Amino acid sequence: MPLPQPCPAPPCCSRRCGAGGANSRQVRRMMGAATTRIGQQDPELVDRTGFSPEQINNLHKRFLQLSGNKDTISRENLNDIPALTYNPIKSQIIEAFFDKRNQHDSEVGSLEEITFEQFLMVMSHFRPPTLEMTAEEKQAMRKEKLRFLFNMHDTDGDGKITLEEYRKVVEELLSSGSIEQESAKEITDAAMLEVASTNVPHMGPEDFYEGITFEHFEQILKGLEMESRMHIRFLDTATVHCGKS
Amino acid sequence: MPSRMGARAPAGFARSFLELGLLLLLVFVLLQGSVFPYGADASSQHAKDGCSSTHEGKPNRTKKVFPVLSFEYDHIKTPFEVSLWVLFASLMKLGFHLVPRLSSIVPESCLLIVVGLLVGGLSKLIGESELPKLDSGNFFLVLLPPIILDAGYFLPIRPFMENLGTILMFAVVGTLWNAFFIGSVLFAVCQIPAAGLTHLGLLSCLLFGSIISAVDPVAVLAVFEEIHINELLHILVFGESLLNDAVTVVLYHLFEEFSAFGTVTVLDGFLGVISFLIVAFGGVLVGAIYGILAAFTSRFTSHMRVIEPLFVFVYSYIAYLSAELFHLSGIMALIACGAVMRPYVEANISHKSHTTIKYFLKMWSSVSETLIFILLGVATVGGPHNWNWIFVTSTVFLCLVARVIGVIGLTFIINKFRIVKLTTKDQFIVAYGGLRGAIAFSLGFLLEVEDEEMRHIFLTAIITVIFFTVFVQGMTIKPLVELLAVKKKQEAKRSINEEIHIQFLDHLLTGIEDICGHYGHHHWKDKMNRFNRKYVKKCLIAGERSKEPQLIAFYHKLEFKQAIQLVESGAGGKLSSALPSTVSIQNIQPKKPPPAPEPRERVLPQLPKSREEEIRKILRSNLQRTRQRLRSYNRHTLVADPYEEGLNDLLKKQKMFELEKKIKEMNNYLSVPVATSDSPTLRRARLASDPQAYNVKPDPVAVPTIQVELASPQSPDSVNIMDEFRKDKEKDEDTGLTMKPPSGPSAPPRKQSEDAKDPQKLTRCLSDPGPSADEGEDDPFLP
Repeated sequence: MPLPQPCPAPPCCSRRCGAGGANSRQVRRMMGAATTRIGQQDPELVDRTGFSPEQINNLHKRFLQLSGNKDTISRENLNDIPALTYNPIKSQIIEAFFDKRNQHDSEVGSLEEITFEQFLMVMSHFRPPTLEMTAEEKQAMRKEKLRFLFNMHDTDGDGKITLEEYRKVVEELLSSGSIEQESAKEITDAAMLEVASTNVPHMGPEDFYEGITFEHFEQILKGLEMESRMHIRFLDTATVHCGKS
Repeated sequence: MPSRMGARAPAGFARSFLELGLLLLLVFVLLQGSVFPYGADASSQHAKDGCSSTHEGKPNRTKKVFPVLSFEYDHIKTPFEVSLWVLFASLMKLGFHLVPRLSSIVPESCLLIVVGLLVGGLSKLIGESELPKLDSGNFFLVLLPPIILDAGYFLPIRPFMENLGTILMFAVVGTLWNAFFIGSVLFAVCQIPAAGLTHLGLLSCLLFGSIISAVDPVAVLAVFEEIHINELLHILVFGESLLNDAVTVVLYHLFEEFSAFGTVTVLDGFLGVISFLIVAFGGVLVGAIYGILAAFTSRFTSHMRVIEPLFVFVYSYIAYLSAELFHLSGIMALIACGAVMRPYVEANISHKSHTTIKYFLKMWSSVSETLIFILLGVATVGGPHNWNWIFVTSTVFLCLVARVIGVIGLTFIINKFRIVKLTTKDQFIVAYGGLRGAIAFSLGFLLEVEDEEMRHIFLTAIITVIFFTVFVQGMTIKPLVELLAVKKKQEAKRSINEEIHIQFLDHLLTGIEDICGHYGHHHWKDKMNRFNRKYVKKCLIAGERSKEPQLIAFYHKLEFKQAIQLVESGAGGKLSSALPSTVSIQNIQPKKPPPAPEPRERVLPQLPKSREEEIRKILRSNLQRTRQRLRSYNRHTLVADPYEEGLNDLLKKQKMFELEKKIKEMNNYLSVPVATSDSPTLRRARLASDPQAYNVKPDPVAVPTIQVELASPQSPDSVNIMDEFRKDKEKDEDTGLTMKPPSGPSAPPRKQSEDAKDPQKLTRCLSDPGPSADEGEDDPFLP
């Protein structure tokens, strides 16, 4: 796994990101030192993220490409990816990278910049399941993936997807013009009704369904086999990245 | 024959089955063609006038007494016999489902083959030599296309494309491996002097191998539809059976050519590969072209709805024939044609046409399938055989071994690339699902080898393999699936939430892929989708539906479906409690207010006028339909029906009320939050406008008169139905109905409709369950 590319990243900036103290410091130290030694941090990163060393290398290359050879990525960096231009949920995807909840910490809030490790942590939600996984592991993976999705919808972090939030999602999906705004509303209402009725079949007339909780969220997406659906293929050979930044 | 069937059937079979059996006997006797007068009597009576007049005109009939009743069977022979066969096959199919439990134990395909065997055997006993053969020409040109078109048109594109690599691997490499392995080992077996087959050359063996190695889509469909296996496995086996057609066609022609000359050069092998590519891609291309043409045509059919469905069939058939014209893969052409045209055609054609297409395809394909299996059985008895123990047993054995090795070996390679790996169980089912069928038989039938004996050996072996796979594997696969606890198919119906999240996920994964800078699967899919949306849809879909985002289209479909279910539930087949969707509507009702308090403003105008109009239109047209249907049911099922007029009237009224109630409910849940404060006027206006749209004013005067009429149909025998119904009503009252707006008119109609439902329920009980049950089963609108 040769890494000929030099990394002139300034060794200074990850302390203020503040998410995972010790780890990020470690990452900074190693990345700052020299890229050829990325391999050294592998054992730990491999453990934490489940990626193979090759995948980590590839992702690191991409990370540097995106950040312009810096230690951290900011929203602007991701915003500039041309391929994302047409993605209707672009902003939500980008937000997800800066969401503290996706860092396996219990903190809520958002970051300004993320380090490579944090980048990896987000990416790790998109790992495919392996053949050896037990049923419980699969279940855990499913839950984790669903949690990621849930966090994307639950923008204010109160543990509930409210009608408002849900509608925003649908509107973005429809990349809604003014005509479709009404459709978006209808669809969201219908969807919300569905959630409410499947999860709380017996509600008094005065009860108030505040929003989709994670449990309900799990319930409605039961049929989707998220664990095998929500993944992308991470390159594990040292192939060239065709994407540019 | 009926007695035999009776003996086979479990003890408590329906009495109607006996009658059916007698009928079948009659049909069977006719089929034999030996007892013509029966058939003649029946048919000539119809054709009397026409026949006699033509006879008169003919010069050869000179000076005879004018034939009052003449008889000319040859005139109608072919179509008459064909129709009899179709009738016979359909009746057999019907018969199986009348026998309780039988169809759950034995797959239909097995039963049909057995029937074919019996028919063949009987006719042999009678001495009838002229049996319909599973003629290869007819098979490929008439019987096969409907099945394949049905498969292609309703092909689940998404899983198919997602697993295309694996499917291709199995279909191409797997079939090649099977063909060569079976062929060459068989050649080795033939060299054993004891077998007495030393004259079989290597090329003949390979030819045989190429025929026997292909998994058959008809057999696979017949068996896999019954075991309800999960989508992945289904599409793997089924996709393989479809796509291996190209390989089979090429191998077959290659080896047929070679075995005639006896030598193969490297160049031939190379040409074979080229030919394969041409056959496969040519087929797909031909299919896609016709598919696009069909889609384009459907763009302009809005003024001629009647013939809309025809275009789908005719274009596909022409695609099939065009592909066959050049010896391209007709099956692939059909699949491509169906898959390409479907999304666009569906957006263009009317809802009724869509239903027509659906039912026609299903009907056609199931009749074809039935005929194929029965004829296969008949041909088994009728055909010349040459039973060679060594050859036959080694063929069956080799087929199994080759399949298992092939699947295991290929999965080993495939799993290196697949993200969702195939487990051992999956491999087992894929290997075990490799059923052979009528295509192999027809190909064997087509063989032109100089040596007749060899052909007979081949045919016998092919039939044995088919029987082995269909009977042994087909019958055991269901218990095995249960034993292994292989994941079953899930409820196909998708909820709006799932649809939202599927789309969300698509975009999310595309986005993540883009961030990774790795252009994978999702990236290209997204590109294709955008291209499709931007250009293709504009050309192929008429009107503004081309611009409709997928989610909205989905939502409309869902809405549409619910509206229809609503009407149908109102039509009395199922009461509201039996219908999940209706329940949810009612349950939602109390819950709808909650989201309102904060974003109250926004909830208010949920149902835009246009939308409402549309729903109303749908409801109205369906109302019309169901009403007609109901009336006709009444005519046929209620014997002496003095109340018919009143009843019909009643049903109509009842349905109106039902509808009205639903609409009100709809409005209700849509606007209840508002009712408290914002705009009661709006709601009232809407409530008032709705009944008007249906011309049903809940006229208080009308209510009592109807109830008077009602009293008589409410005969004592409908008591428990009523009770049941009351219970439902009460339940309704508990949950949703209390939320109703205090609308004055709603109370009396409610009572009235409550009562009105009973006679209706009664009629429904008396008549057969009707199409509504069927429609609930296989969901017609959603992809």
